[in-house]
Amino acid sequence: MKHGFGLLALACVTLGGALAHGAVPEPQLVNDAAVTGTAFPETLSAFGFFADGARQVPAARVYPYALNTPLWSDGADKLRFIYLPQGTQLTADGDGLLQFPVGAAILKTFAFGTGKDRRLIETRVLLRRADGWVALPYRWNAEQTEATLALTGGRIDLVTPAGEAISYAIPNKNQCKTCHASSNRVVPIGPKARNLTAAWLGQMAKAGALDRVPAGAGTLPVWAARKPKDAAAPLARAYLDVNCAHCHQPGGGASNSGLDLRWEQDDPQAYGIGKRPVAAGRGAGEYEFSIVAGHPDESILLYRMASAAPGIAMPELGKASVDKEGVAVVRRWIAEMDK
Amino acid sequence: MNRIALLAALLVSAAATPLAAETHRIEPGEGAATRLQEALILAEPGDVIELGEGRFTLTDGLSLDVDGVTVRGAGMDKSILDFTGQQGAGEGLLVTSDNVTLRDFAVENPKGDGIKSKGADMIVYSGIRVEWTGGPKATNGAYGIYPVESVGVLVTNSVVTGASDAGIYVGQSRDITVSENIVTYNVAGIEIENSRGALVINNIASRNTGGLLVFDLPGLPVMNGGNVILRENVVSDNDTPNFAPPGNIVASVRRGTGVLVMANDGVLIEDNAFENNPTAHVMVIAYVQKFDDPRYNPYARNVIVGENAFGRGGDDPQLDGKEALLAAFGGALPPVLWDGIVEDDNGLRIAEGVTGWTLNLKTPGQSMAEAQPGPLTLTPLESWEFPEVGAPAALEARLK
Repeated sequence: MKHGFGLLALACVTLGGALAHGAVPEPQLVNDAAVTGTAFPETLSAFGFFADGARQVPAARVYPYALNTPLWSDGADKLRFIYLPQGTQLTADGDGLLQFPVGAAILKTFAFGTGKDRRLIETRVLLRRADGWVALPYRWNAEQTEATLALTGGRIDLVTPAGEAISYAIPNKNQCKTCHASSNRVVPIGPKARNLTAAWLGQMAKAGALDRVPAGAGTLPVWAARKPKDAAAPLARAYLDVNCAHCHQPGGGASNSGLDLRWEQDDPQAYGIGKRPVAAGRGAGEYEFSIVAGHPDESILLYRMASAAPGIAMPELGKASVDKEGVAVVRRWIAEMDK
Repeated sequence: MNRIALLAALLVSAAATPLAAETHRIEPGEGAATRLQEALILAEPGDVIELGEGRFTLTDGLSLDVDGVTVRGAGMDKSILDFTGQQGAGEGLLVTSDNVTLRDFAVENPKGDGIKSKGADMIVYSGIRVEWTGGPKATNGAYGIYPVESVGVLVTNSVVTGASDAGIYVGQSRDITVSENIVTYNVAGIEIENSRGALVINNIASRNTGGLLVFDLPGLPVMNGGNVILRENVVSDNDTPNFAPPGNIVASVRRGTGVLVMANDGVLIEDNAFENNPTAHVMVIAYVQKFDDPRYNPYARNVIVGENAFGRGGDDPQLDGKEALLAAFGGALPPVLWDGIVEDDNGLRIAEGVTGWTLNLKTPGQSMAEAQPGPLTLTPLESWEFPEVGAPAALEARLK
């Protein structure tokens, strides 16, 4: 947990740094042609998003950010950045997804280990091109000097912060879309105003990189700051929104399940209480309902979260081990429901 | 130099000058999984991805998201995508683009579903085999061939064995033909769910728990299933004990069911051959579980059982009171089992000569314990009208 705080603090510091850095003569500039062109650049460095890739020091107008409740990916540390071309800015759309100008990019670097032992595994890139978003995965080399395009993804054996040896999967280009799809178009998932701090949004607005700080900013709980006595419902609903709802919503990859795990969904049956499975197969285990109020051990949703077996485990992608902390929060939420 | 290599080498654009459709041949062996997935990603509309003969060993699910691509093997016993060692993804192959043709290859032992196509309109599956090679087990994946949320679906000449839910499952779709397939040792052989305009014709469904299922379920984005024709199928020996994981709706299917219609508006069952389905050749029932969805109609409406060849069956039903029922009906239950539940005057209809029995229940969800079994006494129809349904002809034409 302190780790998450550290990351958040780092994000704020480097954001300040990046904003100040803009005034320094001849800063590292992003290659706009690589972002907006039609090719799939072979290397991450071709974009010029980083002044120092190995240390993840961003170039000019590449803004670090952090999420209140992040997507869990086998315990990976994630370094998130937004790039905005000269003369453009983000536009707020209520508490939802920020709107990005053509030429913008979103970057997420996955790392394991801390301090000198930190190893960058992959950087996922979302490019806002004229005809829509393109998602590309880049895999870091062992020397940490370059990341190369991994269109077909890949696997890497590593040990998670929880001490589990796993085969970590880098998604292929299509799998990027599996999560980042809404009605068959690629869309960003993370940078929603409700899951970003008002402070960061304020800084961005002040720097001219965002049109305004919308109402509802930062309303998702800060996962890393949670305490044992905190109400379980907002934590669990935020966790499910961030970890599951990109598929489990109308127009998402799991729309045919009828399970809608978005934060704003307030129909208990739609988010799983008393809802029967449709196409869960053996993912349903021995259970009849997604959520049985008061009975976490009879709830399919928790059963699938707590499994790492392909065919049972949820999420289907980006997970080779179980998020015990996420399971604990969702378990408490279900257990505390009125039976 | 083929275009994929060219693209990889020169990093030219996927949107560069349109090139003529190409065939990319992928042979099994070292790096085959990567080469195949790369071809699926870099394909252009109109391209053919050709699978060589042999076994492709895969650790991750494959996916295709380019319109108009054909994936074609050397035959369902020759080009085999082997997912026995699968470590990730919910299915063997996922298709999310339109106008795709999949033909002449096999998918073996996927951890989840076999081939899923979602929101993939105008799709053809032909000569596909999906098999869990260890026989029927609850740990097998749910669906073999799994098109969902699609308009225009043809599944033909394919074979599915061992699915722990349905061998061929078409869900929340429209304009569907499922023809000339062989489905064995699945919980459900073929299932049409929350779909409209489906023709299920000339299939063989044998040794499943239930042969052909037509369901409409509540709480889903697409409902009001109906206009389904089951015609000229062989539905025999569906006597495999139900091995579905308990939470699934098909876990409630009784061993020995030939055809099961649950809810739906308009189902025609005619010219099929039924043999040795020990619970019932044809079962027509309302949705049995509690639901809370005002959009949903739980009744089976406008279901017509026309002329069919009914052989031996109903002689070892998986029903409470089996002994008394068998005694009352002279050793075997008649071919059609109806729950008797009608919404209006639009429930079950039968052709001349069709016999059956009814539970004489009144309301959806009523307990079986309240059944008052008796012979079916419906007045036979002399004729009926039913819309012709099925996939657009263009899909069949694509295979010529």
